[in-house]
Amino acid sequence: MAKFSKLAFNKGELNNQLSAFFADLLEKNAVDALLAPMAQPKKGVMQTLVTSKQNVAGADPFAPVVPVNGARLASSLTSNPSGKKIGMVLRSCEVRALVELVKLKQANLDDVVLIGLDCYGRYENTDFLKLRAAGATTEDFLENAQAGKTEADGCDVAGACKICEFPTTDNVDIRLCIFGAGPGTLLIEAVTEKGEEALQTAGRKFGDSPTGRAEAVKKITDARVAAKNAAFAEYRNSTNTFDALNERLAACINCYNCRVACPVCYCKECVFVTDTFRHKGEQYIGWASGKALKMPADTTFYHMTRITHIAAFCVGCGQCTSACPNDIDLMPIFRTSAEKAQGRFEYLAGRSLDEPQPLSIFDHDELVEVTGQVK
Amino acid sequence: MSEFEPKIVAFFCNWCTFTAADLAGTSRLTYPPNIKIIRVMCSGMVDPKYVIKAFLNGADGVLIGGCWPGDCHYINGNLKARRRVALLTELLSQYGIGPERLWLRWIAASEGTMLKEVAEQMTASIKKLGPSELNNPQAMVA
Repeated sequence: MAKFSKLAFNKGELNNQLSAFFADLLEKNAVDALLAPMAQPKKGVMQTLVTSKQNVAGADPFAPVVPVNGARLASSLTSNPSGKKIGMVLRSCEVRALVELVKLKQANLDDVVLIGLDCYGRYENTDFLKLRAAGATTEDFLENAQAGKTEADGCDVAGACKICEFPTTDNVDIRLCIFGAGPGTLLIEAVTEKGEEALQTAGRKFGDSPTGRAEAVKKITDARVAAKNAAFAEYRNSTNTFDALNERLAACINCYNCRVACPVCYCKECVFVTDTFRHKGEQYIGWASGKALKMPADTTFYHMTRITHIAAFCVGCGQCTSACPNDIDLMPIFRTSAEKAQGRFEYLAGRSLDEPQPLSIFDHDELVEVTGQVK
Repeated sequence: MSEFEPKIVAFFCNWCTFTAADLAGTSRLTYPPNIKIIRVMCSGMVDPKYVIKAFLNGADGVLIGGCWPGDCHYINGNLKARRRVALLTELLSQYGIGPERLWLRWIAASEGTMLKEVAEQMTASIKKLGPSELNNPQAMVA
Protein backbone atom coordinates (compact mmCIF):
# COMPACT_ATOMS: atom_id res chain seq x y z
CA MET A 1 0.00 0.00 0.00
CA ALA A 2 1.00 3.53 -0.59
CA LYS A 3 2.89 5.18 2.23
CA PHE A 4 2.97 8.89 2.94
CA SER A 5 5.69 11.06 4.38
CA LYS A 6 4.76 14.55 5.50
CA LEU A 7 6.80 17.56 4.48
CA ALA A 8 5.74 20.68 6.39
CA PHE A 9 6.76 24.13 5.27
CA ASN A 10 6.38 27.70 6.47
CA LYS A 11 5.20 30.36 4.08
CA GLY A 12 7.87 31.04 1.48
CA GLU A 13 9.76 27.88 2.38
CA LEU A 14 8.21 25.26 0.04
CA ASN A 15 11.03 25.31 -2.48
CA ASN A 16 13.69 25.26 0.24
CA GLN A 17 12.08 22.21 1.80
CA LEU A 18 11.82 20.48 -1.56
CA SER A 19 15.44 21.36 -2.35
CA ALA A 20 16.45 19.80 0.98
CA PHE A 21 14.46 16.68 0.12
CA PHE A 22 16.13 16.43 -3.30
CA ALA A 23 19.52 17.05 -1.68
CA ASP A 24 18.85 14.08 0.63
CA LEU A 25 17.98 11.87 -2.33
CA LEU A 26 21.31 12.73 -3.96
CA GLU A 27 23.50 12.80 -0.88
CA LYS A 28 22.30 9.44 0.42
CA ASN A 29 22.56 7.92 -3.04
CA ALA A 30 18.88 7.16 -3.41
CA VAL A 31 19.54 8.51 -6.92
CA ASP A 32 22.76 9.37 -8.75
CA ALA A 33 21.26 12.25 -10.68
CA LEU A 34 18.10 14.32 -10.62
CA LEU A 35 16.14 15.94 -13.41
CA ALA A 36 13.80 18.54 -11.97
CA PRO A 37 12.39 21.98 -12.82
CA MET A 38 14.80 24.56 -11.42
CA ALA A 39 15.09 28.33 -11.54
CA GLN A 40 17.63 29.38 -14.14
CA PRO A 41 20.38 31.90 -13.32
CA LYS A 42 18.84 34.73 -15.36
CA LYS A 43 15.16 33.97 -15.61
CA GLY A 44 12.68 31.21 -16.12
CA VAL A 45 12.30 27.69 -14.82
CA MET A 46 13.52 24.76 -16.90
CA GLN A 47 14.11 21.08 -16.35
CA THR A 48 17.68 20.82 -15.03
CA LEU A 49 19.92 17.80 -14.59
CA VAL A 50 22.11 17.77 -11.48
CA THR A 51 24.34 15.15 -9.88
CA SER A 52 25.26 16.75 -6.56
CA LYS A 53 23.31 18.26 -3.69
CA GLN A 54 25.10 21.60 -4.10
CA ASN A 55 23.15 22.22 -7.29
CA VAL A 56 19.57 21.64 -6.21
CA ALA A 57 19.04 24.98 -4.47
CA GLY A 58 16.99 26.35 -7.36
CA ALA A 59 14.46 23.52 -7.36
CA ASP A 60 10.98 24.80 -8.15
CA PRO A 61 9.05 21.72 -9.29
CA PHE A 62 5.59 23.19 -8.85
CA ALA A 63 6.37 26.33 -10.89
CA PRO A 64 3.39 26.52 -13.25
CA VAL A 65 5.30 26.16 -16.49
CA VAL A 66 6.38 23.29 -18.73
CA PRO A 67 8.67 24.82 -21.38
CA VAL A 68 9.01 21.46 -23.12
CA ASN A 69 7.31 18.16 -22.41
CA GLY A 70 9.81 16.32 -20.20
CA ALA A 71 9.11 12.97 -21.86
CA ARG A 72 11.42 14.08 -24.68
CA LEU A 73 14.15 14.90 -22.15
CA ALA A 74 13.68 11.56 -20.44
CA SER A 75 14.05 9.94 -23.84
CA SER A 76 17.35 11.78 -24.45
CA LEU A 77 18.64 10.67 -21.05
CA THR A 78 17.63 7.03 -21.24
CA SER A 79 17.48 5.81 -24.83
CA ASN A 80 21.25 5.43 -24.59
CA PRO A 81 21.35 4.61 -20.89
CA SER A 82 24.01 6.14 -18.62
CA GLY A 83 23.93 3.31 -16.11
CA LYS A 84 23.18 5.88 -13.43
CA LYS A 85 19.99 5.97 -11.42
CA ILE A 86 18.15 9.14 -12.34
CA GLY A 87 15.28 10.68 -10.41
CA MET A 88 12.92 12.56 -12.73
CA VAL A 89 10.37 15.07 -11.50
CA LEU A 90 7.57 15.14 -14.06
CA ARG A 91 3.92 16.02 -14.40
CA SER A 92 1.08 13.81 -15.51
CA CYS A 93 1.24 14.78 -19.20
CA GLU A 94 4.98 14.21 -19.22
CA VAL A 95 4.81 10.79 -17.57
CA ARG A 96 1.94 9.66 -19.80
CA ALA A 97 3.90 10.66 -22.91
CA LEU A 98 6.96 8.94 -21.46
CA VAL A 99 4.99 5.70 -21.04
CA GLU A 100 4.21 5.82 -24.78
CA LEU A 101 7.87 6.51 -25.64
CA VAL A 102 8.95 3.54 -23.51
CA LYS A 103 6.58 1.33 -25.48
CA LEU A 104 8.02 2.76 -28.69
CA LYS A 105 11.45 1.83 -27.35
CA GLN A 106 12.54 5.46 -27.38
CA ALA A 107 12.99 5.62 -23.61
CA ASN A 108 13.82 3.21 -20.83
CA LEU A 109 12.73 3.32 -17.20
CA ASP A 110 15.07 0.64 -15.82
CA ASP A 111 17.32 3.08 -13.97
CA VAL A 112 14.74 5.79 -13.41
CA VAL A 113 12.93 6.78 -10.25
CA LEU A 114 9.89 8.67 -11.47
CA ILE A 115 8.68 11.43 -9.18
CA GLY A 116 5.24 12.69 -10.18
CA LEU A 117 3.58 15.97 -9.30
CA ASP A 118 0.03 17.03 -8.62
CA CYS A 119 -0.75 19.59 -11.27
CA TYR A 120 -3.02 22.63 -11.33
CA GLY A 121 -1.87 23.43 -14.86
CA ARG A 122 0.85 25.44 -16.50
CA TYR A 123 0.99 28.91 -18.01
CA GLU A 124 2.24 29.55 -21.51
CA ASN A 125 5.99 30.18 -21.37
CA THR A 126 5.81 33.90 -22.11
CA ASP A 127 2.96 34.40 -19.63
CA PHE A 128 4.93 32.60 -16.96
CA LEU A 129 7.97 34.81 -17.49
CA LYS A 130 5.76 37.90 -17.37
CA LEU A 131 4.12 36.79 -14.12
CA ARG A 132 7.48 35.96 -12.57
CA ALA A 133 8.87 39.35 -13.57
CA ALA A 134 5.91 40.89 -11.73
CA GLY A 135 6.86 38.96 -8.60
CA ALA A 136 4.47 35.98 -8.68
CA THR A 137 5.71 32.93 -6.80
CA THR A 138 4.92 29.25 -7.02
CA GLU A 139 3.33 29.29 -3.57
CA ASP A 140 1.03 32.16 -4.60
CA PHE A 141 -0.06 30.12 -7.59
CA LEU A 142 -0.71 26.98 -5.54
CA GLU A 143 -2.62 28.92 -2.90
CA ASN A 144 -4.85 30.61 -5.48
CA ALA A 145 -5.30 27.42 -7.50
CA GLN A 146 -6.34 25.57 -4.35
CA ALA A 147 -9.06 28.18 -3.99
CA GLY A 148 -10.05 27.55 -7.62
CA LYS A 149 -8.38 30.59 -9.18
CA THR A 150 -5.64 30.10 -11.75
CA GLU A 151 -6.13 33.39 -13.59
CA ALA A 152 -3.62 36.11 -12.69
CA ASP A 153 -2.84 39.47 -14.34
CA GLY A 154 -4.88 38.60 -17.42
CA CYS A 155 -3.07 35.27 -17.87
CA ASP A 156 -4.54 31.86 -17.26
CA VAL A 157 -3.25 28.31 -17.44
CA ALA A 158 -3.13 26.65 -20.87
CA GLY A 159 -6.36 25.50 -22.49
CA ALA A 160 -5.04 21.94 -22.47
CA CYS A 161 -4.64 22.08 -18.67
CA LYS A 162 -8.17 23.32 -18.08
CA ILE A 163 -9.55 20.21 -19.76
CA CYS A 164 -6.95 17.73 -18.50
CA GLU A 165 -8.66 14.94 -16.62
CA PHE A 166 -5.38 13.65 -15.16
CA PRO A 167 -4.40 16.18 -12.47
CA THR A 168 -2.48 13.54 -10.52
CA THR A 169 0.36 11.48 -11.92
CA ASP A 170 0.16 7.72 -12.19
CA ASN A 171 2.78 5.15 -13.19
CA VAL A 172 5.37 6.84 -10.95
CA ASP A 173 7.47 5.61 -8.03
CA ILE A 174 7.04 8.66 -5.83
CA ARG A 175 4.33 11.29 -5.87
CA LEU A 176 4.56 14.83 -4.52
CA CYS A 177 0.99 15.48 -3.40
CA ILE A 178 -0.57 18.85 -2.78
CA PHE A 179 -4.22 18.02 -3.44
CA GLY A 180 -5.98 17.63 -0.11
CA ALA A 181 -2.73 17.94 1.84
CA GLY A 182 -3.82 21.03 3.76
CA PRO A 183 -2.06 24.40 4.11
CA GLY A 184 1.65 24.36 4.76
CA THR A 185 1.85 20.67 3.98
CA LEU A 186 3.10 18.55 1.13
CA LEU A 187 2.87 14.78 1.15
CA ILE A 188 5.54 12.59 -0.35
CA GLU A 189 3.90 9.34 -1.36
CA ALA A 190 5.79 6.13 -1.97
CA VAL A 191 3.78 4.57 -4.77
CA THR A 192 5.98 1.60 -5.68
CA GLU A 193 8.55 -0.47 -3.81
CA LYS A 194 11.26 1.26 -5.80
CA GLY A 195 9.90 4.59 -4.55
CA GLU A 196 9.63 3.40 -0.96
CA GLU A 197 13.20 2.18 -1.04
CA ALA A 198 14.42 5.52 -2.40
CA LEU A 199 12.54 7.43 0.28
CA GLN A 200 13.83 5.20 3.05
CA THR A 201 17.37 5.59 1.77
CA ALA A 202 16.86 9.35 1.82
CA GLY A 203 15.81 9.09 5.46
CA ARG A 204 12.09 9.88 5.09
CA LYS A 205 9.77 8.68 7.84
CA PHE A 206 6.31 7.46 6.90
CA GLY A 207 3.21 8.62 8.74
CA ASP A 208 -0.57 8.66 8.42
CA SER A 209 -2.37 8.55 5.11
CA PRO A 210 -4.14 11.80 4.28
CA THR A 211 -7.90 11.87 4.72
CA GLY A 212 -9.11 14.50 2.29
CA ARG A 213 -7.00 13.61 -0.74
CA ALA A 214 -9.37 11.34 -2.64
CA GLU A 215 -12.16 13.92 -2.43
CA ALA A 216 -9.91 16.78 -3.45
CA VAL A 217 -8.67 14.84 -6.47
CA LYS A 218 -12.19 13.86 -7.45
CA LYS A 219 -13.40 17.44 -7.28
CA ILE A 220 -10.66 18.69 -9.57
CA THR A 221 -11.03 15.75 -11.95
CA ASP A 222 -14.80 16.12 -12.23
CA ALA A 223 -14.51 19.81 -13.07
CA ARG A 224 -11.87 19.10 -15.70
CA VAL A 225 -13.89 16.27 -17.27
CA ALA A 226 -16.93 18.54 -17.53
CA ALA A 227 -14.79 21.23 -19.17
CA LYS A 228 -13.28 18.65 -21.51
CA ASN A 229 -16.65 17.34 -22.62
CA ALA A 230 -17.88 20.86 -23.30
CA ALA A 231 -14.73 21.76 -25.25
CA PHE A 232 -14.88 18.55 -27.31
CA ALA A 233 -18.55 19.12 -28.14
CA GLU A 234 -17.79 22.68 -29.19
CA TYR A 235 -14.93 21.55 -31.42
CA ARG A 236 -16.84 18.68 -32.98
CA ASN A 237 -19.87 20.84 -33.77
CA SER A 238 -17.89 23.74 -35.16
CA THR A 239 -15.24 21.80 -37.09
CA ASN A 240 -16.99 18.99 -38.92
CA THR A 241 -15.88 19.64 -42.48
CA PHE A 242 -12.51 20.00 -44.17
CA ASP A 243 -13.51 23.56 -44.96
CA ALA A 244 -13.87 24.30 -41.26
CA LEU A 245 -10.63 22.48 -40.47
CA ASN A 246 -8.80 24.53 -43.09
CA GLU A 247 -10.21 27.67 -41.56
CA ARG A 248 -8.75 26.66 -38.20
CA LEU A 249 -5.41 25.95 -39.83
CA ALA A 250 -5.49 29.06 -42.00
CA ALA A 251 -2.56 30.77 -40.26
CA CYS A 252 -0.30 27.70 -40.56
CA ILE A 253 3.05 28.44 -42.21
CA ASN A 254 4.34 24.83 -42.25
CA CYS A 255 7.01 25.59 -39.66
CA TYR A 256 6.40 22.16 -38.08
CA ASN A 257 6.94 23.55 -34.58
CA CYS A 258 3.90 21.57 -33.38
CA ARG A 259 5.59 18.38 -34.51
CA VAL A 260 8.86 19.30 -32.79
CA ALA A 261 7.07 20.16 -29.55
CA CYS A 262 4.93 17.02 -29.61
CA PRO A 263 6.33 14.45 -27.17
CA VAL A 264 4.81 11.49 -29.00
CA CYS A 265 5.52 12.43 -32.63
CA TYR A 266 7.77 9.43 -32.84
CA CYS A 267 9.35 9.34 -36.32
CA LYS A 268 13.10 9.79 -36.21
CA GLU A 269 12.89 11.66 -39.49
CA CYS A 270 9.64 13.34 -40.45
CA VAL A 271 8.50 12.39 -43.94
CA PHE A 272 7.53 16.02 -44.57
CA VAL A 273 11.19 17.07 -44.59
CA THR A 274 12.32 14.22 -46.84
CA ASP A 275 12.57 14.06 -50.62
CA THR A 276 9.03 12.69 -50.72
CA PHE A 277 7.82 16.24 -50.21
CA ARG A 278 10.59 18.05 -52.09
CA HIS A 279 8.45 18.25 -55.20
CA LYS A 280 9.66 19.21 -58.64
CA GLY A 281 8.69 22.57 -60.05
CA GLU A 282 6.58 20.96 -62.74
CA GLN A 283 4.66 19.09 -60.04
CA TYR A 284 3.62 22.36 -58.40
CA ILE A 285 2.69 23.84 -61.77
CA GLY A 286 0.62 20.73 -62.43
CA TRP A 287 -1.27 21.07 -59.16
CA ALA A 288 -1.91 24.71 -59.89
CA SER A 289 -3.32 24.09 -63.35
CA GLY A 290 -6.93 25.18 -63.26
CA LYS A 291 -6.74 25.57 -59.49
CA ALA A 292 -5.19 27.88 -56.96
CA LEU A 293 -2.34 26.27 -55.05
CA LYS A 294 -1.71 27.76 -51.64
CA MET A 295 1.98 27.83 -50.82
CA PRO A 296 3.62 26.48 -48.80
CA ALA A 297 1.60 23.49 -49.95
CA ASP A 298 0.57 20.28 -48.17
CA THR A 299 -0.56 22.05 -44.99
CA THR A 300 -3.76 20.08 -44.37
CA PHE A 301 -1.99 16.95 -45.57
CA TYR A 302 0.71 17.50 -42.95
CA HIS A 303 -1.75 17.97 -40.10
CA MET A 304 -3.90 15.01 -41.17
CA THR A 305 -0.81 12.82 -41.35
CA ARG A 306 0.20 13.90 -37.88
CA ILE A 307 -3.28 13.05 -36.67
CA THR A 308 -3.02 9.51 -38.03
CA HIS A 309 0.45 9.08 -36.55
CA ILE A 310 -0.23 10.30 -33.04
CA ALA A 311 -3.97 9.82 -32.47
CA ALA A 312 -3.26 6.57 -30.66
CA PHE A 313 -0.62 8.21 -28.45
CA CYS A 314 -1.73 11.80 -27.84
CA VAL A 315 -1.84 12.56 -24.12
CA GLY A 316 -3.31 16.05 -24.47
CA CYS A 317 -0.36 18.03 -23.11
CA GLY A 318 -1.12 20.96 -25.40
CA GLN A 319 2.50 21.65 -26.33
CA CYS A 320 1.41 21.82 -30.00
CA THR A 321 -0.79 24.81 -29.28
CA SER A 322 1.91 26.40 -27.14
CA ALA A 323 4.53 25.97 -29.86
CA CYS A 324 2.47 27.53 -32.65
CA PRO A 325 3.93 30.93 -33.60
CA ASN A 326 0.62 31.91 -35.19
CA ASP A 327 -1.65 31.04 -32.27
CA ILE A 328 -3.44 28.13 -33.91
CA ASP A 329 -5.17 26.14 -31.20
CA LEU A 330 -4.11 22.69 -32.38
CA MET A 331 -4.75 20.85 -29.14
CA PRO A 332 -8.51 20.24 -29.69
CA ILE A 333 -7.82 18.83 -33.17
CA PHE A 334 -5.47 16.23 -31.76
CA ARG A 335 -7.28 15.53 -28.50
CA THR A 336 -10.66 14.91 -30.15
CA SER A 337 -9.01 12.63 -32.73
CA ALA A 338 -7.15 10.86 -29.95
CA GLU A 339 -10.33 10.21 -28.02
CA LYS A 340 -11.95 8.59 -31.04
CA ALA A 341 -8.92 6.57 -32.10
CA GLN A 342 -8.08 5.37 -28.61
CA GLY A 343 -11.75 4.63 -27.94
CA ARG A 344 -11.98 2.45 -31.05
CA PHE A 345 -9.10 0.29 -29.85
CA GLU A 346 -10.03 0.44 -26.14
CA TYR A 347 -6.70 2.03 -25.47
CA LEU A 348 -5.71 5.01 -23.37
CA ALA A 349 -2.36 6.64 -24.02
CA GLY A 350 -0.17 6.67 -20.94
CA ARG A 351 -2.41 4.41 -18.88
CA SER A 352 -0.19 1.38 -18.64
CA LEU A 353 3.16 0.06 -19.75
CA ASP A 354 1.58 -3.35 -20.32
CA GLU A 355 -1.06 -2.43 -22.90
CA PRO A 356 0.28 -2.90 -26.44
CA GLN A 357 -0.07 0.11 -28.72
CA PRO A 358 -3.03 -0.31 -31.07
CA LEU A 359 -1.17 -0.16 -34.36
CA SER A 360 1.53 -2.56 -33.16
CA ILE A 361 -0.83 -5.53 -32.86
CA PHE A 362 -3.53 -7.17 -34.97
CA ASP A 363 -5.64 -10.26 -34.87
CA HIS A 364 -7.17 -12.56 -37.46
CA ASP A 365 -10.65 -12.46 -35.96
CA GLU A 366 -11.03 -8.81 -34.96
CA LEU A 367 -12.68 -5.72 -36.50
CA VAL A 368 -14.91 -7.78 -38.77
CA GLU A 369 -17.18 -4.73 -39.13
CA VAL A 370 -14.53 -2.90 -41.19
CA THR A 371 -15.15 -5.06 -44.25
CA GLY A 372 -18.46 -6.56 -43.14
CA GLN A 373 -17.44 -9.73 -44.97
CA VAL A 374 -17.58 -13.18 -43.44
CA LYS A 375 -16.37 -16.19 -45.35
CA MET B 1 -26.76 18.47 -66.33
CA SER B 2 -24.87 15.22 -66.66
CA GLU B 3 -25.01 12.61 -63.93
CA PHE B 4 -22.40 12.80 -61.17
CA GLU B 5 -19.62 10.32 -61.88
CA PRO B 6 -17.67 9.60 -58.70
CA LYS B 7 -13.91 9.29 -58.72
CA ILE B 8 -12.90 6.26 -56.71
CA VAL B 9 -9.24 5.57 -56.09
CA ALA B 10 -8.63 1.85 -55.61
CA PHE B 11 -5.53 0.34 -54.04
CA PHE B 12 -5.48 -3.34 -55.03
CA CYS B 13 -3.04 -5.86 -53.70
CA ASN B 14 -0.93 -7.56 -56.34
CA TRP B 15 -1.70 -11.11 -55.28
CA CYS B 16 -5.45 -11.21 -54.73
CA THR B 17 -7.55 -8.23 -55.67
CA PHE B 18 -5.49 -7.03 -58.60
CA THR B 19 -5.43 -10.57 -59.92
CA ALA B 20 -9.20 -10.65 -59.48
CA ALA B 21 -9.41 -7.48 -61.58
CA ASP B 22 -7.28 -9.21 -64.19
CA LEU B 23 -9.59 -12.20 -64.07
CA ALA B 24 -12.61 -9.94 -64.44
CA GLY B 25 -10.97 -8.51 -67.54
CA THR B 26 -10.07 -11.84 -69.12
CA SER B 27 -13.57 -13.10 -68.27
CA ARG B 28 -14.92 -10.09 -70.19
CA LEU B 29 -16.78 -8.82 -67.16
CA THR B 30 -17.22 -5.06 -67.14
CA TYR B 31 -17.08 -2.85 -64.08
CA PRO B 32 -17.59 0.91 -63.80
CA PRO B 33 -14.69 3.03 -65.05
CA ASN B 34 -15.09 5.19 -61.93
CA ILE B 35 -12.72 2.81 -60.17
CA LYS B 36 -9.14 3.97 -60.84
CA ILE B 37 -6.86 1.14 -59.87
CA ILE B 38 -3.44 1.58 -58.30
CA ARG B 39 -1.60 -1.73 -58.01
CA VAL B 40 0.28 -2.17 -54.74
CA MET B 41 2.19 -5.19 -53.52
CA CYS B 42 0.00 -5.62 -50.44
CA SER B 43 -2.97 -3.90 -48.81
CA GLY B 44 -0.64 -3.66 -45.81
CA MET B 45 1.53 -1.17 -47.68
CA VAL B 46 -1.29 1.31 -48.16
CA ASP B 47 0.03 4.07 -45.94
CA PRO B 48 -2.74 6.20 -44.37
CA LYS B 49 -1.08 9.10 -46.21
CA TYR B 50 -2.08 7.59 -49.57
CA VAL B 51 -5.71 7.55 -48.48
CA ILE B 52 -5.61 11.07 -47.06
CA LYS B 53 -3.87 12.40 -50.17
CA ALA B 54 -6.49 10.81 -52.40
CA PHE B 55 -9.32 12.43 -50.47
CA LEU B 56 -7.59 15.80 -50.21
CA ASN B 57 -7.11 15.77 -53.97
CA GLY B 58 -10.80 15.25 -54.53
CA ALA B 59 -11.44 11.51 -54.57
CA ASP B 60 -15.08 10.76 -53.74
CA GLY B 61 -14.15 7.34 -52.43
CA VAL B 62 -11.19 5.12 -51.70
CA LEU B 63 -11.39 1.36 -52.06
CA ILE B 64 -8.67 -0.85 -50.64
CA GLY B 65 -8.68 -4.45 -51.85
CA GLY B 66 -6.74 -7.19 -50.12
CA CYS B 67 -6.59 -10.94 -49.62
CA TRP B 68 -8.93 -12.66 -47.21
CA PRO B 69 -7.55 -13.01 -43.66
CA GLY B 70 -5.26 -16.01 -43.63
CA ASP B 71 -4.49 -15.74 -47.36
CA CYS B 72 -2.09 -12.75 -47.33
CA HIS B 73 1.00 -13.38 -49.45
CA TYR B 74 2.94 -11.63 -46.68
CA ILE B 75 1.09 -13.53 -43.93
CA ASN B 76 -0.58 -10.59 -42.18
CA GLY B 77 -0.34 -7.36 -44.22
CA ASN B 78 -4.10 -7.38 -44.69
CA LEU B 79 -4.70 -7.51 -40.93
CA LYS B 80 -2.53 -4.42 -40.49
CA ALA B 81 -4.47 -2.74 -43.28
CA ARG B 82 -7.70 -3.47 -41.41
CA ARG B 83 -6.42 -1.76 -38.25
CA ARG B 84 -5.33 1.25 -40.31
CA VAL B 85 -8.67 1.52 -42.04
CA ALA B 86 -10.44 1.34 -38.67
CA LEU B 87 -8.20 4.16 -37.46
CA LEU B 88 -8.71 6.24 -40.60
CA THR B 89 -12.48 5.99 -40.54
CA GLU B 90 -12.48 7.15 -36.91
CA LEU B 91 -10.34 10.15 -37.79
CA LEU B 92 -11.76 11.17 -41.17
CA SER B 93 -15.43 10.87 -40.21
CA GLN B 94 -15.14 14.00 -38.03
CA TYR B 95 -14.51 15.92 -41.25
CA GLY B 96 -17.26 14.30 -43.30
CA ILE B 97 -15.41 11.32 -44.78
CA GLY B 98 -16.93 8.31 -43.12
CA PRO B 99 -16.82 4.56 -43.66
CA GLU B 100 -19.26 5.00 -46.55
CA ARG B 101 -16.45 6.59 -48.58
CA LEU B 102 -13.52 4.48 -47.40
CA TRP B 103 -14.00 0.78 -48.10
CA LEU B 104 -11.76 -2.16 -47.35
CA ARG B 105 -12.81 -5.40 -49.06
CA TRP B 106 -11.33 -8.87 -49.22
CA ILE B 107 -11.39 -10.09 -52.82
CA ALA B 108 -9.48 -13.27 -53.64
CA ALA B 109 -7.68 -13.88 -56.93
CA SER B 110 -10.48 -16.17 -58.07
CA GLU B 111 -13.26 -13.71 -57.22
CA GLY B 112 -13.46 -11.71 -60.46
CA THR B 113 -17.22 -11.61 -60.17
CA MET B 114 -17.03 -10.25 -56.66
CA LEU B 115 -14.67 -7.54 -57.87
CA LYS B 116 -17.23 -6.48 -60.44
CA GLU B 117 -19.97 -6.48 -57.80
CA VAL B 118 -17.98 -4.47 -55.26
CA ALA B 119 -17.00 -1.93 -57.93
CA GLU B 120 -20.64 -1.56 -58.96
CA GLN B 121 -21.91 -1.34 -55.39
CA MET B 122 -19.38 1.26 -54.36
CA THR B 123 -19.94 3.38 -57.47
CA ALA B 124 -23.71 3.28 -56.99
CA SER B 125 -23.49 4.00 -53.29
CA ILE B 126 -21.22 7.02 -53.77
CA LYS B 127 -23.32 8.29 -56.65
CA LYS B 128 -26.18 8.36 -54.17
CA LEU B 129 -24.07 10.11 -51.52
CA GLY B 130 -22.97 12.80 -53.94
CA PRO B 131 -19.54 14.33 -54.41
CA SER B 132 -17.09 14.69 -51.56
CA GLU B 133 -16.75 18.17 -50.13
CA LEU B 134 -13.16 18.09 -51.36
CA ASN B 135 -14.13 17.26 -54.96
CA ASN B 136 -14.27 20.81 -56.20
CA PRO B 137 -12.36 21.56 -59.39
CA GLN B 138 -11.97 25.23 -58.52
CA ALA B 139 -11.04 24.80 -54.87
CA MET B 140 -7.82 26.09 -53.44
CA VAL B 141 -5.42 23.22 -52.86
CA ALA B 142 -4.34 23.35 -49.24
